[in-house]
Amino acid sequence: MQERLQELQEEALNQVTEASDLKALNDIRVAYLGKKGPITEVLRGMGKLSAEERPKIGALANEVRESIAAKIEEKQKNLEAAAVNEKLATEKIDVTLPGRPVKKGNHHPLTRIIEEIEDLFIGMGYSIAEGPEVETDYYNFEALNLPKGHPARDMQDSFYITEEILMRTHTSPVQARTMEKHEGKGPVKIICPGKVYRRDNDDATHSHQFMQIEGLVIDQNIRMSDLKGTLEVFAKKMFGADRKIRLRPSFFPFTEPSVEMDISCKICGGAGCSVCKGTGWIEILGAGMVHPNVLEMAGFDSKKYSGFAFGMGPERIAMLKYGIDDIRHFYTNDIRFLTQFHRHE
Amino acid sequence: MFVSYKWLQDYVDLSGVTADELAERITKSGIEVEGVEKKSEGIKGVVIGHVLEREQHPNADKLNKCLVDIGQDNPVQIICGAPNVDKGQKVAVATVGAVLPGNFKIKKAKLRGEESNGMICSLQELGIEAKLVAKEFSTGIFVFPNDAKVGEDALEYLGLDDEVLELGLTPNRADCLSMLGVAYEVAAILGRDVKWPEIDSANANENASEYIEVKVDAAEDNPLYVAKVIKDVKIGPSPLWMQARLMASGIRPHNNVVDITNYILLEYGQPLHAFDYERIGTKEIVVRRANQGEKITTLDDAERTLAPDHLVITNGNQPIALAGVMGGANSEVGSDTTTVVLEAAYFTGAVVRKASKDHGLRSEASARFEKGVDPNRVRQAAERAADLMAKYAGGTVLAGSVEVDTLSIEPAVVSVTLDKINVLLGTDLTVSEVEDIFTKLQFEVNTEDNEFTVTIPTRRGDISIEADLVEEVARLYGYDNLPTTLPVGAAIPGKLTAYQQKRRQVRRVLEGAGLYQAVTYSLTSEEKAAQFALEKRESIRLAMPMSEERSQLRLSIVPQLLEVLKYNTARQNDFIALYEIGSVFLKSEAADLPEEREHLAGALTGLWEAHPWQGEKKPVDFFVAKGVLESVFDTLGLMENIEYRQAEIAEMHPGRTAEILLDGKVIGFIGQVHPIIQNELDLKETYVFELSFKALADAEPEAIRYEAIPRFPSITRDIALVVDKETVAGDIQRVIAEAGGKLLKEVGVFDLYEGENMEQGKKSIAFSLKYFDPQRTLTDEEVTKTHDKVLSAVKEKTGAKLRG
Repeated sequence: MQERLQELQEEALNQVTEASDLKALNDIRVAYLGKKGPITEVLRGMGKLSAEERPKIGALANEVRESIAAKIEEKQKNLEAAAVNEKLATEKIDVTLPGRPVKKGNHHPLTRIIEEIEDLFIGMGYSIAEGPEVETDYYNFEALNLPKGHPARDMQDSFYITEEILMRTHTSPVQARTMEKHEGKGPVKIICPGKVYRRDNDDATHSHQFMQIEGLVIDQNIRMSDLKGTLEVFAKKMFGADRKIRLRPSFFPFTEPSVEMDISCKICGGAGCSVCKGTGWIEILGAGMVHPNVLEMAGFDSKKYSGFAFGMGPERIAMLKYGIDDIRHFYTNDIRFLTQFHRHE
Repeated sequence: MFVSYKWLQDYVDLSGVTADELAERITKSGIEVEGVEKKSEGIKGVVIGHVLEREQHPNADKLNKCLVDIGQDNPVQIICGAPNVDKGQKVAVATVGAVLPGNFKIKKAKLRGEESNGMICSLQELGIEAKLVAKEFSTGIFVFPNDAKVGEDALEYLGLDDEVLELGLTPNRADCLSMLGVAYEVAAILGRDVKWPEIDSANANENASEYIEVKVDAAEDNPLYVAKVIKDVKIGPSPLWMQARLMASGIRPHNNVVDITNYILLEYGQPLHAFDYERIGTKEIVVRRANQGEKITTLDDAERTLAPDHLVITNGNQPIALAGVMGGANSEVGSDTTTVVLEAAYFTGAVVRKASKDHGLRSEASARFEKGVDPNRVRQAAERAADLMAKYAGGTVLAGSVEVDTLSIEPAVVSVTLDKINVLLGTDLTVSEVEDIFTKLQFEVNTEDNEFTVTIPTRRGDISIEADLVEEVARLYGYDNLPTTLPVGAAIPGKLTAYQQKRRQVRRVLEGAGLYQAVTYSLTSEEKAAQFALEKRESIRLAMPMSEERSQLRLSIVPQLLEVLKYNTARQNDFIALYEIGSVFLKSEAADLPEEREHLAGALTGLWEAHPWQGEKKPVDFFVAKGVLESVFDTLGLMENIEYRQAEIAEMHPGRTAEILLDGKVIGFIGQVHPIIQNELDLKETYVFELSFKALADAEPEAIRYEAIPRFPSITRDIALVVDKETVAGDIQRVIAEAGGKLLKEVGVFDLYEGENMEQGKKSIAFSLKYFDPQRTLTDEEVTKTHDKVLSAVKEKTGAKLRG
């Protein structure tokens, strides 16, 4: 009987090794380990054995049964793993194919510039003030020290609607309105962004509609050196810490003294090139100390209060910053233009 | 203003300061020098030549064969095509080896078989703008006066060995519209003196008053009129140096008399006018306002119709000049003129500006009058011009002048304290430092107790208040030298208003949804202004539009966005989604200003879903656009306050358009653009929306309150309903929500069917309902009870039948 069991074991193990799929394996399990299998048969015949031999053969039979079962289990795992691998092999994809694009739009480049400037000044305690795009002659000109017949009015040919109403030619009327609201009490610290309009023919450098962003600070003891310091902070944050700034005296009816600010040319580093027209400097903004007439007209005592104001064109800044060569691009909204300003730099 | 570096040296010593250095210093102290032009740049080897012989080129009708002495051992043969070249002329010759502007090198050449050793030059070929070349030489070579020395540098004769500074003058610095004014500025910067021209006075025995009488009937416009008379003038070319200076300053030479008036305009900043005495026709000059409809033909041969706003110079009967703007053709100085009446006057800016604007005539003279001339220079300028006419036009200056003078000249006196200067600038200047600056400017200053009392010369009409003096100090002290500080004072928080924050947030939501921000024009055509308008009102028109295309203020943004879509689809972009937040302008009867309302508009066209290699393509539809807007409403916390209502808008698809209501009020619309308009714009199916952003941003959402995360399961029940085709989902959903009460947590549409197997005029619509109680697990019975209530409410209120 012992021999018979060893024979069976060898035979079964051989068959397991050769089994090529799960079904064959299962057949082997049923054939050898099932209730009608040969091992069970051997055990049934144990009655004929002596009491001495019986436990020996019993133990051997169990041993044989277990070794076959273990071998079957091992084989089963191998077969299953092979089946999974085979399936996965069929699921292979080309990982270099393009991904599904996620929809995204973005700010207009002018908004990008304006928000950057707004945020910079909000950090310094400024609020954002806005006002109407259609203005009275009073707020657009007179309150800003540009009385009727002032020679500087021909610097700003305007779109009038009636004799007293026009499309604002700058965002400065927002300053006049805000000052008035403060009823002669400082401090005032505002940034005024918005659309403005002038009677210009549209070409590469002119647009009948464009943006402006202005700043105004009014308080007791505001000095011109404060203006210089503020502009320096702005220029370095906006254009880079390595840029030099220079102030040149200039003229605006609403400020006195007035200045224009240049920054050193990024392209040539100040040596002179076609972008800066050989000067090494690029004009960025106009500024000055608020004219006493402007303070007084808005209800501030010019003996007690002083202030500074500055203003610039987001188009010009965007053109310089991104190398845009035609102002009309901002208003044509060519999608191939708009999609260029979505990422960090 | 063009300033010749050489000429400026007549009035101020520039030794040790190059033109470039001067430009830099002028810019830094207040007047922007926009450029420095080196007149001789790129020119080499041009000398004075003497044309000894001229004959017709044997093989070419239009060419001349010239023998020219250029100061070398032998004369050279030069072929010249200029029609005016002739024997005996002194001309500019670019010799072999010379270089002309544009890197044009002169070489020995053969022209139609004849040797040519150089080129006889026109002024244009020497880099002078054609419009500045005197008429007689404009189509040929330039002919020098006979005393020009053969072989010498022609550029020197022409004043081209010069550098010209172009000043970008701001309107306040009209004082620098003259060489003398610039001289004062430069003298202040360099700390040097100003030299005035010397004037020899006349000693004729006749008096000007024997020739002419002057009457001013408009003293307010013309408080000072000075007339001088110069007789026996011989009209001819002015001296070459004068012509050169005029050309360097951008003025074309004419003849000696006219050139002298222009020269003085540039030198003193005082415009002058010369009349031909005989052609005035009478012996008087009357200055008055023009009569309505009166006519004058000006020097440019244009007939102009006048109005009482315009000031004219007349001979007592008819206008002979438009005061301060341009002379009349009837009294023009010509080649036969022998006696000249020279006018030097003070016309006020306003009256000159009016005439110059009405007639579209901007002259060197009008520009100066408009900005204000120095009243103290009027007589000096007249005397200087008369003197030059004696010297360079052979004239005899009659004694005296004829004047009408009602002008009172009081120089402004302005005071400022040292403290004010230092406080406003943030500086630490001393009394003597400030005094030194005023002295350099040649302002008379008295100092007492740290207060400066400054008498302002009449040439500086721009200085009238304290701040003006502070500016003078600041600019001459140097802005570079100012300290750098930041404002001190109470810290105030800087932040956006709630409205501004919402605008930024909405932008980001829209951009996250795939829309690009557009910025379009506020001005549009009359037709487009009213299209798609939320509120039909008459649009506002500009008084003087530049074109019909940009003549009205927009009432809506959608037409502008459609224009952008059209532009982009014409350039092969298959998907475009844009939004804009901007103002529209509504005429207001009550207020002066129109009502400006900020709108939010969007436009989408083309493929919304497109993933080609996976075979996906789905064009934009109504629900894409609606989904975008819903994400906006959700962000603003207004989902519960918004309703959609089927609507008809003329420019929109009649079946695919909804009004949007916020708390029951219409605030906008959404839908498909009417196919007819789509076709006109060559657009595929296009969806747009426009709504009052102001209404959205002004609505106050509820505060955010935390709700406990559910600990108990919810129970979902689906219902499928058969309803009339006309019944809208929103209505059914409202009925369900109402009937479901507190337990009904969510309700949503999950199926819609209108196809086969449906009864005529019916559709099937299925909802999924989710019941939930945060406190406990709901029992089946409880849910069934509520759900039955929902079903009967739906049946009753919408006429729906339960399906299947």
